[in-house]
Amino acid sequence: MEEVIRLEGVKKYYEVRSGLLGSKILKALDGVTLSIRKKETVAVVGESGCGKSTLGRVSLRLLDVTDGRVFFKGQDISMMREEELRAKSFRKKMQIIFQDPYSSLNPFMRIGDIVAEPLEIHGYRREEIREAVYRALEDVKLVPPEEFVNRYPHELSGGQRQRVNIARALVLGPEYIVADEPVSMIDASSRAEILLLLKSIRDSREMGVLYITHDIATARYVSERVAVMYLGEIAETGLTTSVLKTPIHPYTILLLNSVPEPDPANRRRRRPVIKGEPPSPLNPPSGCKFHTRCPVAIERCRIEKPALTEYLPGHFVACHRAEEIMRGALSVT
Amino acid sequence: MSGALAVEDLRVYYRTDRGAVRAVDGVSFSLARGESLAVVGESGSGKSTLGLTLIRALPANASVVSGRVYIEGEETLSLSLTDFRRRYSWRVISMVFQGAMNSLNPVLKVGDQIAEPLIYNGETPRDEARRRAMEMIELVGLPREFYYRYPHELSGGMRQRIVIAMSLVMNPKILILDEPTSALDVTIQAQIINLVKELIERFSLSVIFITHDLALASDIADRIMVMYGGQIVELGSAERVLGEATKHPYTEKLLASIPRLRGETIPEFIPGRPPDLASPPPGCRFHPRCPYVFDRCVKEEPPLFKVGEGHVAKCWLHGE
Repeated sequence: MEEVIRLEGVKKYYEVRSGLLGSKILKALDGVTLSIRKKETVAVVGESGCGKSTLGRVSLRLLDVTDGRVFFKGQDISMMREEELRAKSFRKKMQIIFQDPYSSLNPFMRIGDIVAEPLEIHGYRREEIREAVYRALEDVKLVPPEEFVNRYPHELSGGQRQRVNIARALVLGPEYIVADEPVSMIDASSRAEILLLLKSIRDSREMGVLYITHDIATARYVSERVAVMYLGEIAETGLTTSVLKTPIHPYTILLLNSVPEPDPANRRRRRPVIKGEPPSPLNPPSGCKFHTRCPVAIERCRIEKPALTEYLPGHFVACHRAEEIMRGALSVT
Repeated sequence: MSGALAVEDLRVYYRTDRGAVRAVDGVSFSLARGESLAVVGESGSGKSTLGLTLIRALPANASVVSGRVYIEGEETLSLSLTDFRRRYSWRVISMVFQGAMNSLNPVLKVGDQIAEPLIYNGETPRDEARRRAMEMIELVGLPREFYYRYPHELSGGMRQRIVIAMSLVMNPKILILDEPTSALDVTIQAQIINLVKELIERFSLSVIFITHDLALASDIADRIMVMYGGQIVELGSAERVLGEATKHPYTEKLLASIPRLRGETIPEFIPGRPPDLASPPPGCRFHPRCPYVFDRCVKEEPPLFKVGEGHVAKCWLHGE
């Protein structure tokens, strides 16, 4: 399948003022390489501050890269001017769905007008707009569409509002969608509905999806590949099945361990934890950035940064001790 | 009453321009001393309103329409607010509010915020209050010097620890936790949950743990109370509610909606949306979304039927 998005060694640095005259560099993304094909979802998983949302915005050219390159369908868009992005219809072809279905819809606009707005901005004709809006609403199962177009956001549940957001992202016929925590603010009983919907629309509309989440359990059901991020870098990436079944990076292993399952036996034991909190990206640790919290870190990890290396087919890990962990010679938990 | 807390037929309605919203509608349960009860429900289930009622902190447009709340045997809804605050708030029952970690006063040192209830409610001398606050800060796993920090200098997890310290500063017997970890990363969530477990044991607390997350509930709860549309739909031991035992269809579907890391099951969803509590559906409030619905569910509201030892479910499937 055709590649929709490709990031090559993408860096995003911010200059942060500190003190009277000084400034520091915040490395939100520090050399990320990633690609997404048509009809494929790549999940980017990590804690807050790991750079996953920045990654999504950089891939859409909503943020400029500091270094590295971003390709949309093979064309380098990392330096492309806004007029050119529009002239080539790239802006239409790349869309984002935000986390918060409550504040991302104008409360004074009807659903039909909210979904139609991107089309109006791009100067579509009235008949075209109506058709595209109805099709998008049908795609997100807000049916029959004529019943929903005249409603206001407050009349809808959180799950329904998020579907309006998805419909709005769909009307311009995108080929690439960034879904930034699309279900984290939605009731548990509706989450699966949104996730399954995203997957089926992705297939029917042949899109590539970047699914940004802190919840590695949901990644399992929607993504073919996953990238686990820590402090602006990819710690582990590969087929979702491979990474979840055979996690190798200590961070991935511990992250998976910290996800609770509903089990009454939980209350008689302590939850496994990763000690401490993620260090400040303004002052990241040397060597492997995870070494300050890693239970199996050795001297080398403090000094030398590990490279992403393929340990299983298509499954890459950046860890000096990956080989031992994979052999079973070293236990992380 | 030998328990820590008992609630009888509680009804709390909000006045809105669409009429009364029945946020809590006929809720009865009890909490034994030293017991942890999880109140599980989705948005609009009434779980947070329930918590706010117990500590007499309802917003102005809410009123208790009926019911009694016994704390350590004494009915507390009939007490004057002044009386309740003087005798119960913080010192007998306290609450970690949802989002409290983001509502700390930004211009006050966190230590002073912890010491505040001691000074105002307990007439504790300032240096004594400060010493006690420092002790609490240490107890929640932070260095004593954090007394002098401001909220913006702390991470979310640290602020949540501060809020927990605050809730325990006057040695309450009953602690209500409302979604104490919902804004935190899963790795920090695990740390906070372990801390809460430690504190429950150390202070022999009776706990009401309000959450939308059944997996999280299983970390703390001896018993689980599932709420839907302002009512209890199921109540029983964690083993029974989460295990193989017969349960309410809502609980069953809620459990099935949790994405699992292992096994082959695909998470399900419950079609439709929670009821509008200004005009709830007739009969069972879950009937419009229930896969097992039949005639009676539409017409008649089911009572809580006994489905096992100490286990009840509000569903006609389990009735005569």
